[in-house]
Amino acid sequence: MQSTLFHRMAVGLTSLMISGLATASDWAERSDHNLRPGVTAVAQEIHGLHNTVLWIVSIIGLLVFGLILISVIRHRRSKHPTPATFHENIFLEVLWTIIPFIILIAMAVPATRVLIELDDTADSELTVKVTGYRWRWGYEYLTYQDDNDVGVSFISSLATPPEQYENPVLSGGLFPYGTAKDRVGAPSQDKDHNYMLEVDNPLVIPSGQKVRFLVTSDDVIHSFWIPDFGGKKDAIPGFVNETWALVPEGQEGTYYGQCAELCGKNHAFMPIEVKVVAQSEFQEWLAQKKEEAAAAPDLTPFESLDAAMEVGEKVYAGQCALCHGQNGEGGIGLAFAGSDFATKSEHLEEHIHVLLEGRNAMPAFKGQLTPKEIAAVVTYERNAWGNDTGDLIQPEDVHEEE
Amino acid sequence: MSTVAAAHDDHDHHHAPTGLKRWLFSTNHKDIGTLYLWFSFAMFLAGGFMAMIIRAELIEPGMQFVDPEFFNQMTTVHGLTMVFGAVMPGFVGLANWMIPLMIGAPDMALPRMNNWSFWILPFAFAILLSSVLLSAFGHGNPSAPNFGWTFYAPLSTKYGPASTDLFILSVHMMGISSIMGAINVIVTVFNLRAPGMTLMKMPLFVWTWLITAFLLIAVMPVLAGAVTMMLTDRHFGTSFFDAAGGGDPVLFQHVFWFFGHPEVYIMILPAFGIVSAIIPTFARKQLFGYASMVYATASIALLSFVVWAHHMFTVGMPLAGTLFFMYMTMLISVPTGVKVFNWVATMWRGSMTFELPMKWAITFVILFTCGGLSGLMLAITPVDFQYHDTYFVVAHFHYVLVSGAVFTMFAAAYYWLPKWSGVMPSKVLGELHFWNSLISVNLLFFPMHFVGLAGMPRRYADYALQFADYNFWISIGGFWFGLSQLFFLAVCLQCALKKGEKAEAKPWDGAEGLEWEVPSPAPFHTFDTPPVVK
Repeated sequence: MQSTLFHRMAVGLTSLMISGLATASDWAERSDHNLRPGVTAVAQEIHGLHNTVLWIVSIIGLLVFGLILISVIRHRRSKHPTPATFHENIFLEVLWTIIPFIILIAMAVPATRVLIELDDTADSELTVKVTGYRWRWGYEYLTYQDDNDVGVSFISSLATPPEQYENPVLSGGLFPYGTAKDRVGAPSQDKDHNYMLEVDNPLVIPSGQKVRFLVTSDDVIHSFWIPDFGGKKDAIPGFVNETWALVPEGQEGTYYGQCAELCGKNHAFMPIEVKVVAQSEFQEWLAQKKEEAAAAPDLTPFESLDAAMEVGEKVYAGQCALCHGQNGEGGIGLAFAGSDFATKSEHLEEHIHVLLEGRNAMPAFKGQLTPKEIAAVVTYERNAWGNDTGDLIQPEDVHEEE
Repeated sequence: MSTVAAAHDDHDHHHAPTGLKRWLFSTNHKDIGTLYLWFSFAMFLAGGFMAMIIRAELIEPGMQFVDPEFFNQMTTVHGLTMVFGAVMPGFVGLANWMIPLMIGAPDMALPRMNNWSFWILPFAFAILLSSVLLSAFGHGNPSAPNFGWTFYAPLSTKYGPASTDLFILSVHMMGISSIMGAINVIVTVFNLRAPGMTLMKMPLFVWTWLITAFLLIAVMPVLAGAVTMMLTDRHFGTSFFDAAGGGDPVLFQHVFWFFGHPEVYIMILPAFGIVSAIIPTFARKQLFGYASMVYATASIALLSFVVWAHHMFTVGMPLAGTLFFMYMTMLISVPTGVKVFNWVATMWRGSMTFELPMKWAITFVILFTCGGLSGLMLAITPVDFQYHDTYFVVAHFHYVLVSGAVFTMFAAAYYWLPKWSGVMPSKVLGELHFWNSLISVNLLFFPMHFVGLAGMPRRYADYALQFADYNFWISIGGFWFGLSQLFFLAVCLQCALKKGEKAEAKPWDGAEGLEWEVPSPAPFHTFDTPPVVK
């Protein structure tokens, strides 16, 4: 710890000194102290508006602080022993009511113009439905140009491995660490450049075409925010909000964003990664995705319990451990280790059903995982951590339940 | 002004209460005020300790000290404790002590209710904080409230931990306490003013508190409504906030912020009153624009009812609604600006000295203006789409609440402690408290503007690497600020134990007002015979 802190201090000092000079081009280094200039026209207008307003308030602030400073220096008792007696001045009072009012109007006009522009979601070429889940994003491509039934969807989760972010120094008591207790004192891995921003399946959109996002949520309120696209939109269960982005051609690249509305435990762990590609490349990618989606689900049975367990362990770590604990000890979600639910045979069908359809705070995984993955993870939950039921669930069982 | 016979305190009608009973059954506005102030300070330290845990976790990227779940509990309970436990009771305490003294009343109008409204609070917070203790020592399970101090549905309803019910009960109790306190202020101000003390002669602190009291009565029932709807959603099958049952999660935010925005002014209007008392005293010059201060306060209060949705620009409101709330919000900066200009004009060509209360008051004017200006930036809706829910917002409201509301309470304490305790607060400890707080509070909150603009969302337990450097310094500022408050604890103990230089009835030569006409410390009963104000 000690050396890291000293390191931080040194880096912090240096960065404070040179922060005005940093002009690196990638997301992680490009801006650590001011609003990002943005890549879409709207984002750039917002950035311009931000600069204007920042100048105005800075000047007002400096003016007021300057007056206070002058007063503090010149009107102290040692310099100015007899106080003046004025305590009213109608002219001044009216003046400093009207001037701010005029400044406000000057700011409101451009703000209104940008707001109206932002509100116009018409004439988009691609429509993507964005769904917030605790704690991952789902993307569903609805329409693209003349194709009104694209039918491509996938889930996008944090790709930073726990080895990089779980570095506990204490294991309980007043500072509970919960699931990562067994990692206490373990050496922490170096953090990736895009730590806490990288995902497994990024959203892919074309450049030069207006993309409309329909933003909603499956559970609590999230907020879909990509700073370079200019602003955020809340993802609210039961509502569909609209927003849009048009990344100009020539600005292809990877853009990052994060969830901006507190959504529970892993609020900080559900980033957004967008790959903006040229239109031809996008069409190729979309065609390939459509092909994959059209293929029948893989229902080949697992050869052995071990084979299913191997797949299940991975799925569990990626999707379930957040709530149910890395060792099935429970947490926000039900405990599996030694529980009736995961060991008694009368609960087997229910177990599969809850995974598919969800229950209360447990999200439905039907669209997120393949039948094969669901079969594997149910098998894993019923055999790991000493549950040892011997139940081997096959993809076909899950498919029937669907 | 009037003259007061100091002899009044001698013929005490009641036998002087002592020991525990003095405090438990007190109907004396001064004792109840003292209880409120100590309670507020205790909650300030408790909430501050939670902030230290938050800053410890955020000192570098990665999860080092707490689970993200426990982190959320800390941000939630820190906010609730500071808002409902530290700032609001702090100002009620000041109102209790000072309003009767300032208007020449013998006590608050409803002394038994006064007792009750205080004694509800320790129980309310025992209920709320018990869930944190259970969580801290029970390894995060069961969980304390973890949905942010704004407790948005459905995170707090369908997905809330079991302790949400404790939270609901405790919010109800805090609400009852606040409403009773507010009624007491209104009744006292309207009925117990000394002869000749017309409304437009009242000290500005009394005015701002009167307006605050009306705000409290208007909005605390709305908060009670919100938590009651949560309760029935959680347990009685209603669907106010559940879209699946035909309800509306956004409704929650409308109801909450209809309470929440006036609440913001509840926490700052009394501060305006305090500063308007202190600056004239140490500038030795009458407050500039008394009448416009009163009207500005009233307009801020009225406007506070039509700006609530500026907290919700990103929920997807219709364009017309968004524009309305943007314009109204920008409008609030006009009366707020008037206040700041009036304070500057009061200092202008005065004859200033910089005793501790004045130091805090000038700091307030400057730092509150910073918070006000970032507030104006946040009102510009298209840019708010970028600022919203980032550390920029965190910086903004800590500038207005910590270096705004809390700093004026320090100012008030240094200003009136001689009157309350009869001894002068230690200059050495006070200066240490002031300078350490002044530097650390800016190290703590100013860089938050930068990380917020750069894109760090608030309520994040872990963050991307480009935010690391500023977060380190923010944490250092946080620990420094937290420790600096121990100087204030020392000052309070020094005064409570009556150690130090004895205070005169009027320790500040430029001070005016009835409170300086009674001896220091103020006797147990004052103004049994009302003074006559000319």
